[in-house]
Amino acid sequence: MPKLQSAAELEKFRAEILAKRDPAKPCIAVCAGAACDGMDSAAVAAAFVAEADKLAAKLGDKIEIRTTGCHGYCEKGPNVVVTPGDICYFEVQPADVTEIITATLKGEVVERLVYQDPKSGAKAVHMNEVPFYKHQTRLLIGDNPKIDPMRIDDYLAVGGYSALVKALTTMTPDQVLDEVKKANLRGRGGGGFPAGSKWETTKNAPEKTKYVIVNGHEGESAAFMDRAMLTGNPHKILEGLIIGAYAIGAQKGFMYTRHDMPRLEKHVRAALAQAKEYGLLGTNILGSGFDFECELHFDVGIFVSGESSALMRSIEGNAPEPRPKYIRTSVSGIWDKPSNLNNVETWANVPQIINNGADWFTSIGSEKSKGTKLISLSGNVVNSGIVEVPMGTPLRTLVFDIGGGVRDGKTLKAIHFGGAMGGSIPADLIDAPLDFDGMSKLGAPIGAGGLLLMDEDTDMIEVARYLMDFLVKESCGKCAPCREGMPQMLHILTNMTLGKGKPGDLERLEDIAEVTGAASLCALGKTSPDPLKSMFRYFKPEYEARIVNPAGGSGDTK
Amino acid sequence: MSEIALKIDDKEVKVAAGTTVLEAAQQAGIYIPTLCHHEKLEAFGGCRLCIVEVESRGWTSYVVSCLYPVAKDIIVRTRSEKVDKIRKVIVEELMAHAPDAPELVKLAEVYGADRNRFERKESFCVVCGLCVRYCDEVKHLNAVGFIDNGAKREISFIPEVAKDVCWECQECFTLCPTSYAQAAYLLTEALAFPGQRKVAAARAAKKPNKSRVIPIAAVPTN
Amino acid sequence: MSGNNIDGIIEKYRGQPGSLIHALVEIQHENHWLPREVMHQVADALQVPFAQVIQIASFYKAFSLTPKGRHEVHVCTGMTCHLRGAAKLQAKVEEVTGLKDGETDAENRFTFETGACLGSCSIGPELIVDGKHYGRMTPEKVEAVLKQYE
Repeated sequence: MPKLQSAAELEKFRAEILAKRDPAKPCIAVCAGAACDGMDSAAVAAAFVAEADKLAAKLGDKIEIRTTGCHGYCEKGPNVVVTPGDICYFEVQPADVTEIITATLKGEVVERLVYQDPKSGAKAVHMNEVPFYKHQTRLLIGDNPKIDPMRIDDYLAVGGYSALVKALTTMTPDQVLDEVKKANLRGRGGGGFPAGSKWETTKNAPEKTKYVIVNGHEGESAAFMDRAMLTGNPHKILEGLIIGAYAIGAQKGFMYTRHDMPRLEKHVRAALAQAKEYGLLGTNILGSGFDFECELHFDVGIFVSGESSALMRSIEGNAPEPRPKYIRTSVSGIWDKPSNLNNVETWANVPQIINNGADWFTSIGSEKSKGTKLISLSGNVVNSGIVEVPMGTPLRTLVFDIGGGVRDGKTLKAIHFGGAMGGSIPADLIDAPLDFDGMSKLGAPIGAGGLLLMDEDTDMIEVARYLMDFLVKESCGKCAPCREGMPQMLHILTNMTLGKGKPGDLERLEDIAEVTGAASLCALGKTSPDPLKSMFRYFKPEYEARIVNPAGGSGDTK
Repeated sequence: MSEIALKIDDKEVKVAAGTTVLEAAQQAGIYIPTLCHHEKLEAFGGCRLCIVEVESRGWTSYVVSCLYPVAKDIIVRTRSEKVDKIRKVIVEELMAHAPDAPELVKLAEVYGADRNRFERKESFCVVCGLCVRYCDEVKHLNAVGFIDNGAKREISFIPEVAKDVCWECQECFTLCPTSYAQAAYLLTEALAFPGQRKVAAARAAKKPNKSRVIPIAAVPTN
Repeated sequence: MSGNNIDGIIEKYRGQPGSLIHALVEIQHENHWLPREVMHQVADALQVPFAQVIQIASFYKAFSLTPKGRHEVHVCTGMTCHLRGAAKLQAKVEEVTGLKDGETDAENRFTFETGACLGSCSIGPELIVDGKHYGRMTPEKVEAVLKQYE
């Protein structure tokens, strides 16, 4: 495959790909996302391929089988989507394969495998009828069922890399930067910081050598959308990264991700290799004069390596110790060079902003939180999975219309956002809109977007204890407030869950929380008390009830 | 070299750009407590005791003065209700490890810290890193290093290296605020290379102009 | 143990202190643990202090300083799995294997570890053995699953 050396060549190549694809030809997309994979969707895919091959021997090539990334409806996997028509089949087993293929070739539907409402029994065949999908706005994840991540041509077929073409050949780096700034794209990794500002700081730093980084670490517990995006559509993130590098003036990029996901590694390596082969990475990309290379790096199994300055130490080969924020990594990052780090989802938003413009992007979402957000729904929810909704969507829509409410007929007690550094809010705040600042004010910052439902049986002291336990294991140990304060909070919380809460415990917790929050070196320590703060704000009576002998006792002693 | 004007505890201070708030305070004769700081070592920012309140352009923040660079017109307060509370709680947390360390005892008196407030910890290392950093940055021997992460982080003498260099040096022992460094060295020696001390001493005696056997710092008593 | 492969890895990164973690990752992957002599070789070849190699090797939990078992047994203790009963699952695995988190048995059959959310929250709580997912696990199913692994 010779390199594509101009926009014209790329568009010609894209047209050739599309010409060879018949939209009327049935295609069966089998999800190989993490949960479906865990439910052995590989066996389902293999069965489809075997059956299709047998058919091809007799009838010729009548049906296409495609293994894709995560569709999103993890609860009901293994997921299969048949086009044309976007017919959704759920909980598909190898034994169902023959029936599906036969029905598809006849233009029919296998009724027993389509969605059925658990209460009314009403069926929904097409994706835009299935409640889980129908309430979403799937700008980012919508392409997943259409793409085999190992095939760059699939990404080109859905319009991939058209934004890169537009940026490199019709826009200056400053114009690209301005568009992203106007769009008010805020970081999706947890910080919510305006990406355009960060890009600008890096761009304006005096050093000539600059780096861009994809933070694909996703350490936040119960967040799994970044891995789904990176595994399912790595080119979308790569395209965003190259556009960003062009705007910032960076010559090299790093994709940083976890070491424990073999499929993700395989897909990203393939994407980088194929992009290079096509001339979308390397020197003089598409004849623009812009050079850019990208490497893949892995963490080695610790949550703190998701923190941006620690991540950069890790790329250098050092232990992931964070630096204080007044040394901005956009000015001095990897090897002290200006380094712009953004989350997977943030980069994934860039191509559509360039293609459709900032005005289009700002028309979606709320006043200060623009665009859509990927949310991983889990916990005691009926429909767990990855969903995408516009910012400003009420939590009620996420929890009930899309999520289907609480499992096992229980009632909702609390909603938790932001993993171990977030917070829990009570069920009566269910109409709050999904919004960076609004949710922060309520004490449950969106974080990376992991939304957990907790039912009436949830012990809120145990939740706080669990989250603190997680963070204690993940602390790097450099600074005293985190290294010492968190285990002391954990000790008190553990005692409380064992019925040994003593008078003075809540005051001690509050003091340590205040100091750890104020004096820790990095965001891990600083936000570690936040779940506890939200507990004290909304669930204090439950905590007070755990103190044994509140009136008696000898006061604040060991 | 440009000069920066700032205020520390209502005192007007002028220092060169690039100076840290701690250095600026010291130059102005204003005391800020430290534990992990040492003039021969790169600032670490680990103990957080040197934390101060900084007001800049209407925002108040809490930063470690050993690392925070001076900036024009910032207002620094080395004592305040919140700063004092932070120091008090950190001292209490460190005293859970080493309740008798002289520096901590002195700080406890100033900030009203209660040595018994938190659950007692087994190790009396407070992970200030002075020994590790000194051995790396000044001696370039790396005979002692950090191991593990989080609350399990501690210092560890590397037997293969320590057996050849530590007895002749011992300089980190006096740096250690809790005397854990020398205890850790002696334990390592006893377990990993007992009897090696005589070999090292003999080697030292043979060297012409070196009489650098420094006596082990006395363990402080109550 | 393929000594040749380890030597090859070390040679590849000779003189590159910045590649310490890469070198250790590859050796861990190849050898399933990091023997002390090997860490000394890495320190010498990459020109980093041995103390730094030890710090990195002990800091990151992906590295093992003792030989690992033939099979890696992992219970996810991420937040969703926790809410769905991972603690009980963990207790059962501890009972069946006799191992606590991070331990390997004397016959080197199993290494047991908990932690890291693996992103397949919808099928929690999970038991993962040698990368194979056993989703929606209950304590009752543990013994049968582990019996398959010699």
